Amino acid sequence: MIAEAGLAALWLAAGLAAYQFVLMILALRSQIEVERPMRAVAVVQAGLTLFAFAMLLLVFARSDMSVELVFANSHSAKPFIYKVAGTWGNHEGSMLMWVTILAVAGGFVALFSRRTGERTLVAGLGSQAVLALGFYAFLLLASNPFARLSPAPPDGQGLNPLLQDPGLAFHPPTLYLGYVGLSVAFSLAVGALLTGEVDSKLARAMRPWVLGAWILLTLGITAGSYWAYYELGWGGYWFWDPVENASLMPWLAATALLHSINVLAARGALKAWTMMLAVIAFSMSMVGTFLVRSGVLTSVHAFALDPERGTFLLALLTIYVGAAFVLFAVRGATLKEGAPFELVSRESGLVINNLFLSVILGIVFLGTLYPLFVEAVSGEKLSVGAPYFNSVAGPLALVLAVLVGVGPLLGWRHERRPVFKQLTIPALLGVAALAMSIILSRDTGLLPRLGFGVAAFLAAAAILPLVRRNPLRAPLATWGMVVAHFGIAVALAGMAANAAFTSERLAIARPGERLTVGPWLVQLQDVTPTAGKNWTAIEGQLQASRGSGPIILKPETRYFSDPPTETNEAAIETFWNGQLYTVIGKSDPSGGWQLRLWWKPFVTLIWSGGALIAFGGALALLGRLLRSRKRGRASAAWRKARYA
Amino acid sequence: MKPKNQRLVLLSAALAAVLLAVLLAMWGLKDRASYFFTPADIVAGKAVDGQAMRLGGMVEKGSVQHASDGVTIRFVVTDGQSRTPVIYRGIVPDLFREGTGTVAEGRLQRGTFIAETILAKHDERYMPPELGNLAAEHKAGKTLEK
Repeated sequence: MIAEAGLAALWLAAGLAAYQFVLMILALRSQIEVERPMRAVAVVQAGLTLFAFAMLLLVFARSDMSVELVFANSHSAKPFIYKVAGTWGNHEGSMLMWVTILAVAGGFVALFSRRTGERTLVAGLGSQAVLALGFYAFLLLASNPFARLSPAPPDGQGLNPLLQDPGLAFHPPTLYLGYVGLSVAFSLAVGALLTGEVDSKLARAMRPWVLGAWILLTLGITAGSYWAYYELGWGGYWFWDPVENASLMPWLAATALLHSINVLAARGALKAWTMMLAVIAFSMSMVGTFLVRSGVLTSVHAFALDPERGTFLLALLTIYVGAAFVLFAVRGATLKEGAPFELVSRESGLVINNLFLSVILGIVFLGTLYPLFVEAVSGEKLSVGAPYFNSVAGPLALVLAVLVGVGPLLGWRHERRPVFKQLTIPALLGVAALAMSIILSRDTGLLPRLGFGVAAFLAAAAILPLVRRNPLRAPLATWGMVVAHFGIAVALAGMAANAAFTSERLAIARPGERLTVGPWLVQLQDVTPTAGKNWTAIEGQLQASRGSGPIILKPETRYFSDPPTETNEAAIETFWNGQLYTVIGKSDPSGGWQLRLWWKPFVTLIWSGGALIAFGGALALLGRLLRSRKRGRASAAWRKARYA
Repeated sequence: MKPKNQRLVLLSAALAAVLLAVLLAMWGLKDRASYFFTPADIVAGKAVDGQAMRLGGMVEKGSVQHASDGVTIRFVVTDGQSRTPVIYRGIVPDLFREGTGTVAEGRLQRGTFIAETILAKHDERYMPPELGNLAAEHKAGKTLEK
C-alpha cells in the first residue's frame, strides 16, 4: 500500500505541475490574475512529491522486499542508517530525490517570495513546474521507483560494504540540493525573460537561492575531494574524473552568476548577461545529472545498449536548455540597457571575473565531453585527464586568483582613486613567496611556484576591503566576501604545497625495518590479521617519529566476502603542518610488505580553504537575509503607519 | 561609455570568451588526450613511443614477476591476439590479478609499456569501461561468427 500511495502522489503531483503550466500560459496571454491559485498549487505539488519521497524512505526503512528497488539495493541486515541512505543510493531513488527538491524549492518560492513582481513570479513558478513535469514524466514512464516484485523475494541484494560509507550517504543529497537550488534561478530568469521584468528586484529575489546552492555545491565538492583522498588510497585530491567535473561545471557557472547578480542587484546593469548565466548554471546542473545518471560515461556503447533512460534525459536536457536559449535569443535583445559604467569600475571587474570563469567552464566542459563526442563519431576511445585540465585551465585559474585580489577594491560605476597603491604590500608578499619557493624547493614545476606567489598575494589582498574602516561595522556580506576570497588563497596554498613539498616513499619492509619519508622515520613493527563485522583484514602497525614522541599508525587491507572485494584503508595522521599518509600493500615471498608513505606538508589547507569559501558564502547569505528582513519590517511598518 | 556601446562591448567580450575557450580546448586536446590502445593496436603500430596513452587487456596467466626491490612488477597484457609487456612500480590496486582485466596509464618505450598508474575499481564485478566494450565486442564478434 505504501508504495502505491507514493506512486499515486507522484501522478497527482505531475497533474498539478501540468495545471501550473496552463495557469502560466493563461496569465501570460491574458491579464487574468492567477497569482493566488499558482502559489497554492505549487505548494500542494511540493507537498505531494515530498509525500512520495517519504513513502520511498519508508519502504526502504522497512526493507519491504516486494518493492523491486528495495530488493535490488538493500538488505535486511544493513545498518539502519544505510537502509535509509539506500533510498537515494540508486538511479530511481536519486531521480525522485532530485524532483522532490525541485518541487519543494518551487513550493518555498510560492510560500515566501514577496519581492518578485507578480507576473514574473507566476511565470517563474510555471517554469519551475514545467521543469518538474519533465522529471515526473521520466520517473513515471522510464524509471518507476515504486515498481513491485511478485512474489516478494526473501531478502535483498544490496550489501556492498563499499557503499556503506557516511561520505557516500550524505554527499549526493548535498550536491543535489546545490544543483536544484540553481533551478530556481533558472525558472525566475525564464519567468523574467517572458515578462520582460529583468531588474534589481528580480536579482535580489534570485540571490539567496544562488548563494545557498553555491554554498552547498562548494561543500559537496570539498567533501567529495576529501573522500576520494582518504578512501582511494592514492593520495590525490582531485582526479579530473568526469563525475567530479559534473559537479565542478555547475559550480563554476554558479560562481560567475553569484558575482554578476550583485551587479544587477546593486546597479541594475548586466541584465541579459545575468539571465544568460542563470540559464547556463542550471543547464550545467542538468548536464551533470545527465552525465552521471545516463550511463553515458561508462561508455557510449552502454548508453546505446540501454537507451531509454539516457535518451529520455538527453531529450529533457535538449528541450529545456534549447527552449531557454531560444527565449533568451528572442527576448534578450529587447531588454532595456542597464546603467552605464566605465572601464575601471567594480562592474568591469566583475565582468572580467565572469569572462575568466566562463572560459574555464568552457575548457572543462569541452574536455569532459570530447571523449564522448569522439567515441560517438569515430568509435575511437580516448581519455582526457589531468595533463589537459591542469595545463589549459590551471594558468587561467591563477590569473583569475590574482584578479580576485584586485576587483573588490574598485568602486561602482567609475574608479578614479589611486586604489592600486594599496596592493603594494600584497604584491611584495607574493614576490617574496615566489622567491622562497625557488630557494626552498628546486625541482618544482612552474605552476606550484606561481601558486605560492599568488596565494600569498591574495591572502593579503583579500582582507584589504576591511582595512582602513571599522571592520565591525562592515556589512556581513562584505565579511563573507573577504572570508571566501581568503579561502581561495588558503586552498591555493594547500595545492601548491602538496605539489611542491610532498615526499613519497615506496618500498618493501620486513617487520622491524625502518623507512624515512620527509622528516619522518617510520618503522614497520608488526603485521597482524584482524577482523570486523563483515570483513577480515591484515593490519600493519607503523611507528612514526620525528624528534618528538612516536605515534602509531595502522593502515589496513580489508577483504570482504560478499561481494568479494578488497579495500585499502589508509592510515592518516594530521598535524598542524601536514599529514602523514600510509598505505600497506601486498606481501612478498621473503616476508616483506609493500609500504607506501607520503608526507604531505600543509595538504589540509586545500579542504580548509574549501570550507572557508563555503563559510564566506554562508556569512553573505545570512547578511542578505537579515538585511532583507529588516527592510521588509521597515516597509511593513511604513505601510501600517500610512494606512492606519 | 554610451549604453548602446556598452552592450556591444559586452557582447563581443562574451563571444571572444567563448572563442578563446574553444581555441584553448582544441589546442590542449590536440596533444593531451590520451588514447586507449589494446595490445593488437600496438603490434599494428598505431601507438607512438612516448605518447601518453592507456593500455587495456587481460593480465596474462603466469606472467606476473616481482623484481627484487619488492615494489616493481612486470607482467604481460594480452587481448587474445597480441601481447604487450608492462613494467609498473608501485602498489598494484586491490583485485589486480592474473587472468583479470586491467587498464594501465603510461607511455610506450621500445615495445614495453611503462605504466604510471594501474586503474582498477574495488569491485570484482567492475570492468573498466573500455574493457567492458572490448568484452561486449568480442561477444558480439563470436555470435556473428556462429
